[in-house]
Amino acid sequence: MLRYILRRIFYMIITLFIIATVTFFLMKLLPGSPLSAENKLSESQREVVLEKYGLNDPIPVQYVNYMTGLVRGDLGISFHFDNTPVTDILINRMPPSMVLGGQALIFGTIAGILFGLIAAIYHNGWLDYTSTVIAVLGTSIPSFVFAGLLQWYLANEWGLFPVALWGTYAHTVLPTIALAIFPMATAARFTRTEMLEVLGSDYITTARAKGVTESGIIFKHGLRNSLIPLVTVMGPMAVSLMTGTLVIEKIFAVPGIGEQFVSSIEVLDYPTIMGTTLLFSVLFIVILLVIDILYGLIDPRIRLTGGGR
Amino acid sequence: MNEKLLEIKNLKTSFRIEDQYYAAVDDVSLTVNENEVLAIVGESGCGKSALAFSLMRLHNRAKIEGDILFKGDDVTNYSAGQVNKLRGNEMSMIFQDPLTALNPLMKIGDQIGEVLLLHKGKFSNLNRKQKAISLLDKVGIARPEHVYEQFPHELSGGMRQRVVIAIAIANDPEVLIADEPTTALDATIQSQILDLLNELKENMNAGIILITHDLGVVAEMADRVAVMYAGQIVEVADVHALFGMPQHPYTRSLLSSVPNAESVDSKLHVIQGIVPSLKNLTREGCRFRSRIPWIDESVHEKSPELHEISPNHFVRCTCYKNFYFPDEKKEDKRHGIS
Repeated sequence: MLRYILRRIFYMIITLFIIATVTFFLMKLLPGSPLSAENKLSESQREVVLEKYGLNDPIPVQYVNYMTGLVRGDLGISFHFDNTPVTDILINRMPPSMVLGGQALIFGTIAGILFGLIAAIYHNGWLDYTSTVIAVLGTSIPSFVFAGLLQWYLANEWGLFPVALWGTYAHTVLPTIALAIFPMATAARFTRTEMLEVLGSDYITTARAKGVTESGIIFKHGLRNSLIPLVTVMGPMAVSLMTGTLVIEKIFAVPGIGEQFVSSIEVLDYPTIMGTTLLFSVLFIVILLVIDILYGLIDPRIRLTGGGR
Repeated sequence: MNEKLLEIKNLKTSFRIEDQYYAAVDDVSLTVNENEVLAIVGESGCGKSALAFSLMRLHNRAKIEGDILFKGDDVTNYSAGQVNKLRGNEMSMIFQDPLTALNPLMKIGDQIGEVLLLHKGKFSNLNRKQKAISLLDKVGIARPEHVYEQFPHELSGGMRQRVVIAIAIANDPEVLIADEPTTALDATIQSQILDLLNELKENMNAGIILITHDLGVVAEMADRVAVMYAGQIVEVADVHALFGMPQHPYTRSLLSSVPNAESVDSKLHVIQGIVPSLKNLTREGCRFRSRIPWIDESVHEKSPELHEISPNHFVRCTCYKNFYFPDEKKEDKRHGIS
């Protein structure tokens, strides 16, 4: 197991190197320059600024400089926020997104599994149809619609939670719900389908013939067997939730990383684009590793080996 | 001494297809006694497994009519809780495909332990483990302590079937239903499993219902045989009577379609056609008549009944009196194995 993880970490570093390289050159291909918007600068002022940030060097030299810094853990300095290190920006902007994404993931997955289970147990009953309709609505209606409805009713009309902004825990509630609807609907759909398939399998009949009660069938024999595909879809979703979503962060005025990422691309803040991309990549790769470890824990047929040939 | 353990009276199991119910098991009456192996034979799709599943109340969406008396108690009226107490305890079942019959995520030991825990909760954890290991030993698994900790995918098909059997006999059931226990196994493993079942039969006081389409298995194991066709019992007899003097055209066709070392030169009989599907089955008259078209329609009964032609030998319909194989002369039709 340990060998397996070490091996995976080694591959992770190679992957990150490739991502960093590709992103760097693609980013440089974007039209415009970081100073395009600054019309008030004179030609000589422009030169000074470009020189200061090393933007006058040939691109391969810039690349080598950036990568050398990266190896030393230096993500560079933002062009946009007067000389703030990119690391600081990430440290400030990541937590709100992580909190919202984490809560939405936990809440959405648990609620989704429950809905899916109910639908599977009462297959073809009205509870099944109701939860299927909820799942379809949840996956097809964009989150900003829910966000707007939540703000209007829960915040504006009934005054239960703050409309927007960031600060107390109450501020996290509405954006969490708005974010959680999509993962919830997805989890519900997958749980229902898998559970129905598992409930029809032979070992469930064996369990029934042993005298296992209905709740034992569902929770002890059924649920664990239907978790694998759920883990597969929920992993990447966890990343997209925790790396923040522009829409939700804009609507609720949350100072998160998603909003930051988009604005850094708009102004061609090269170091911030690079730093954020790399952070997202690390998260994604780590989550993939966690998923693979979870597979091994859930299903004994999947063995994680360091040797592997 | 041979007490009636299980009495099935006019059992009818129907499944819903579109908006109508179709009976897969149609008016079956059988008894199983203590210390007896009752074999139920028939082609695939004749309702054998549907019958077994009805006895265990394992059908999800089937309409079950008639009575199933377990030691005089009607099981069909049992609540879900009562059924759960009965299953795996007094009545248990061995399944057809050992490769899919075990939960892939649970250790063998836990799967056996579960059935002990459900019905013999008073065992301590340690006792339960010992009991599970002794069960594994009893079904002929070498190194039971090791297998106890293994998962199903680490075992071969034959080993898994032994585990399935261990689960079924864990609580010394009084009725054991074996639904084609050797069908999914290769020939050598088959005979090992049959030997094991025979051995267990000697030491248990149970009534065993053996469902199979393999007449060799029947000859080896059974005391009594019920032949099923299209959801109905067409012939019930003592195993010797059935093999010695088969009466119903279906039984005779089945027996003569088994290759036989002594009659190498004679042509192997092939039963024409297939078992009609649940929906297309004609339910009036003798159900086998469409597969023996050379027999005159008039010899069949209008509504065929089971007739006791000699003590404890029952045959449905009167057509058996006039049955002959197409390659036989109508005049010198013989009874018995031809």
